[in-house]
Amino acid sequence: MSSPPVIEIHDLRKTYRVGQVDVPALRGVDLTVQSGDFLSIVGPSGSGKSTLFHIIGGLTPPSSGKVRVMDLDLSALTDAGRTRLRRRTVGFVFQKFNLLPNLTARDNIAVARYLGEGNGKPDPQFEEILRLLGIAQRLDHKPNALSGGEQQRIAIARAVVNHPAILLADEPTGNLDTANSKAVLEILRDLNERTGQTILMITHNNEAAAYGHNTVHMRDGQIVERT
Amino acid sequence: MIAKLVLENLKHRPMRSLLSVLLIAVPVTLILSLVGLTHGMSEDTQNRQRGVGADVIVRGSTTTSAITFSPASIPEAIIGVIEQQPHVKLALGVINHNVDLPLVVTGVDMARFNQMTGGFTYLEGHGLEADDDILLDRYVAEQKKVHVGSKIKVLNQTWNVAGIIDTGKLARMAVKLNVLQDLDAAHGKVTQIYVKADDPANIPLVVKELQKLLPTYSVETMAELIAAFAPEKTPGVKEFTTVVVVIGVVIGFFVVCLSMYMAVLQRTREIGILKALGADKSFILGIILGEALVMGIGGTLAGIVLSYGAYGLIRALVPTLSMIVVMSWWPIAGLITLLGAALGSLYPGWNAATHDAIEALSYE
Repeated sequence: MSSPPVIEIHDLRKTYRVGQVDVPALRGVDLTVQSGDFLSIVGPSGSGKSTLFHIIGGLTPPSSGKVRVMDLDLSALTDAGRTRLRRRTVGFVFQKFNLLPNLTARDNIAVARYLGEGNGKPDPQFEEILRLLGIAQRLDHKPNALSGGEQQRIAIARAVVNHPAILLADEPTGNLDTANSKAVLEILRDLNERTGQTILMITHNNEAAAYGHNTVHMRDGQIVERT
Repeated sequence: MIAKLVLENLKHRPMRSLLSVLLIAVPVTLILSLVGLTHGMSEDTQNRQRGVGADVIVRGSTTTSAITFSPASIPEAIIGVIEQQPHVKLALGVINHNVDLPLVVTGVDMARFNQMTGGFTYLEGHGLEADDDILLDRYVAEQKKVHVGSKIKVLNQTWNVAGIIDTGKLARMAVKLNVLQDLDAAHGKVTQIYVKADDPANIPLVVKELQKLLPTYSVETMAELIAAFAPEKTPGVKEFTTVVVVIGVVIGFFVVCLSMYMAVLQRTREIGILKALGADKSFILGIILGEALVMGIGGTLAGIVLSYGAYGLIRALVPTLSMIVVMSWWPIAGLITLLGAALGSLYPGWNAATHDAIEALSYE
């Protein structure tokens, strides 16, 4: 018997109100993601990729439709419920790394751990992930002393420190050179292969998208193709 | 973890943190200086009254409180009548004349004064001999920069500084009783009469007798008079202190509100990051409130240090203004500051806590 999908989306719609104008960002998205999938999401700017991420990640509620993440109905979740979802069920990796500039890399990871588990100490298995990311020697530096590649690896470590069911990576290589992009994508693939981490990755780059098992193509707020 | 974030945030912008702390310190310094002045002046007056060594005081019929001086309205002859009462050992009449507040020139009969108090302690010079002699306590001498033999103008008269006395007995400035009576056109009159009982146990009897003898005058024990000089019993001091405390809370409120509002604007993206990591409203509010409270504590400590500076400055510029450091007011000033800081952080804190995470993350 196959396990239930970690993400199950049916007829998802999201409309933003800009001034007095309603702007539809998602117009009926259907998507199913199984545990352990590495799914790339591609599409032009304004196609709704980021909005889809924000809804799956609990940053904003859907306007209508069904969104289930790990058996949680996101359309029924309160603000507090979505906050709990962000603590333990999903982890974010952003294009601009988004590390807290005042804290060392170690403390950036500790904050996420604290918010997820109530203490700042990673579990022993996390040491293995740090070795995989190759940043064990750079943990006591602040972001401004780290290269872009190092910062993104710290951001990945922070995103997975609470062993979330889903890792959402929004253009994780968008601010990196070719070598660092390759390194980060390989890390994501390793994480997926070694730990079974479910990953959804937004990218504009077809080479980057090829690291995923499948690719979803979006346009005008809809999924137009899954390959 | 909140403590770590608070400290790192404060360290990240040290100049903003330092300026905020210094601004918060200003009302703390104001409060502590005001309290130091009121307590110091009360304590000084109490010490000088205690230094007379009297047990009972008789004052004019128009006296309304401890710090008011009635005109010289008591006939000097009453001193002799008082001395004839049972259990009265000695009576001393003095005349007071306000100069520049809080300075008062006191006219004394040196022989009786010496008998009652044991006499002044002379740091320089000697007692009142000539009619133009004046005695100054060391703080007045320091403030007016004079020594024995200097000429000094007081009450539009030129006086010869005959002696510099230690403070703590009745007067800061003393002249002969009859000389001041002449100047005030109060021949044969005194402002108040100090009375010494033959035994402390008989003080209530003496008070009772004198009240019967002088029903229109104010007769009270020296203990009552000294207690009435306490700051909280001095008219207006309580209200004035309340006003300064309210100003302290208001300044603390605005400084912290402005500082934290700026901080929240500068850290919009970081707030978005924390929200993406699962920080709830209370966590974000806790960081802002924590920063405000740390700045409040820093401001209190800086204010205490600055109050010592104010103390030194006042001692140097106006030695006759007796200021003391009132440590019991440190926690009160701290609580006032923390209240202002906490209130001031609520709006920016709530603003940060309710930021939309997506908007915050896209903030450049």
